[in-house]
Amino acid sequence: MGELYAYAVARIRSKELGLLNKQALDQLLSSKTYEDCLRFLSEKGWGDSENATAEEMLAGERDKTWEIVNELVKDQKDKETFNVFLYANDFHNLKAAIKEAYTGKQVPNIFIETGTTVGVDVIKECVKNNDFLALPDYMRKCAEEAYEVQFQTGDSQLCDIIIDKATLEAIYQKGKESKNDLISGYAELKCAAANINIAIRSCKTKKGKEFLERAFAKIDTLNVDRLVESALNSEDAIYDYLETTTYADAIDAIKESSSAFEKWCDDKIMNYIKPQKYKAFSYSPIAAYVLAKENEIKSVRIILSGKLNDLPEEEVKERLREMYV
Amino acid sequence: MEALFESGTGLALLGAAFASLFAGCGSAIGCGIAGQAAAGVVTEDPSKFAKVLILELLPGTQGIYGLIIAFVTLAGIGILGGDAPTVAEGWYYFFGCLPIGFVGLISGMHQGKTAAASIGVVAKQPEQFGKSLIFPAMVETYAILALLVSILVVVSI
Repeated sequence: MGELYAYAVARIRSKELGLLNKQALDQLLSSKTYEDCLRFLSEKGWGDSENATAEEMLAGERDKTWEIVNELVKDQKDKETFNVFLYANDFHNLKAAIKEAYTGKQVPNIFIETGTTVGVDVIKECVKNNDFLALPDYMRKCAEEAYEVQFQTGDSQLCDIIIDKATLEAIYQKGKESKNDLISGYAELKCAAANINIAIRSCKTKKGKEFLERAFAKIDTLNVDRLVESALNSEDAIYDYLETTTYADAIDAIKESSSAFEKWCDDKIMNYIKPQKYKAFSYSPIAAYVLAKENEIKSVRIILSGKLNDLPEEEVKERLREMYV
Repeated sequence: MEALFESGTGLALLGAAFASLFAGCGSAIGCGIAGQAAAGVVTEDPSKFAKVLILELLPGTQGIYGLIIAFVTLAGIGILGGDAPTVAEGWYYFFGCLPIGFVGLISGMHQGKTAAASIGVVAKQPEQFGKSLIFPAMVETYAILALLVSILVVVSI
């Protein structure tokens, strides 16, 4: 009998009571000022002190989420499965380290220090010495390739594409290895959304076949050859192809704007994980909680930046994600 | 070993052991699962202790049923009272003890899982405690039916 996670799931159920629901977000949105928003969040338990800044609050919530994951998931193999949510941060740090080494300039706050599987110092050291042996397998090859491209050709976009593709492949691979429906489904959706995004942007900027073939990650629900073919053709060709896939409902959002498509992606993931609210065992409800918390943080960030920039309430409301609870 | 199957008392004792052993294991596993979930809720909200404790206790009944059958058997075979049974009577006792033994084991395990799920309901909606109690109680039905069959057999010998 595998690990049931009865204790962990029961704790997560109690934790879910603390998640912000739609009403709470509406309340936050209707706060008069940015400071009122921070006060509201502080009352909800966000931030360690009353004077915490917005960034401290958001980072604090993320840290608390990972603390609870580390406490509840003891099995090493299961724990590694949760890395699927952290790979993007690792690859972001790799990208930043290569750029920093190439330009020779140190830009403050470009590295993500927490929520990573590989330490920032390890990545920096590897890039500095052009020796990537200390990196995990899934990062090593792409790090070498991206480093070479950046330093030999100076093509930052190609360097980004190599790392972005490796990120998607790592997420996808981890999703498949997990043999867990939630994680593999999440990885599939994440990669599909990225592929669609690349297709649309590449079509708009008239990218060539070689670039497209280098950028797309191979996944089950999208045919990369068809996607390349339609991205080379026109946006309508991409829509025609998407119409034949499970992502047909994304077309309206893509046509609307890139932020509408981003919202569609996040909502799709939220709807996908919602059934986990009714599961009593396995680590899936914990993984769903991590995603729900990330979604919540994203929504709060949208509201806070809306307040800070005096955006109309309706405009901010349109961008708010669907909540887990 | 052969002697055991040729002795009425031996067979009856084997049945009593099965009844208390398997039903007890079912309860232990069930209470263990539900107890973990209950502890999870109490970690976050100690005020729900009483409600989750009741749910945790539900899978504990199978062990008691097994004990009752074992006790009635022991009281009828010359150990706590009564006379030593014949080989045929020994087989009757043996088969009479099996329903609560096996059903107790399986129902205890599943009742524990159902109770853990119900504890999740209480964690989020404590006002639904009454309804959440029904789900694991349904599993209890089958343990009671098995107890009834076992009782009818062992007291009629």
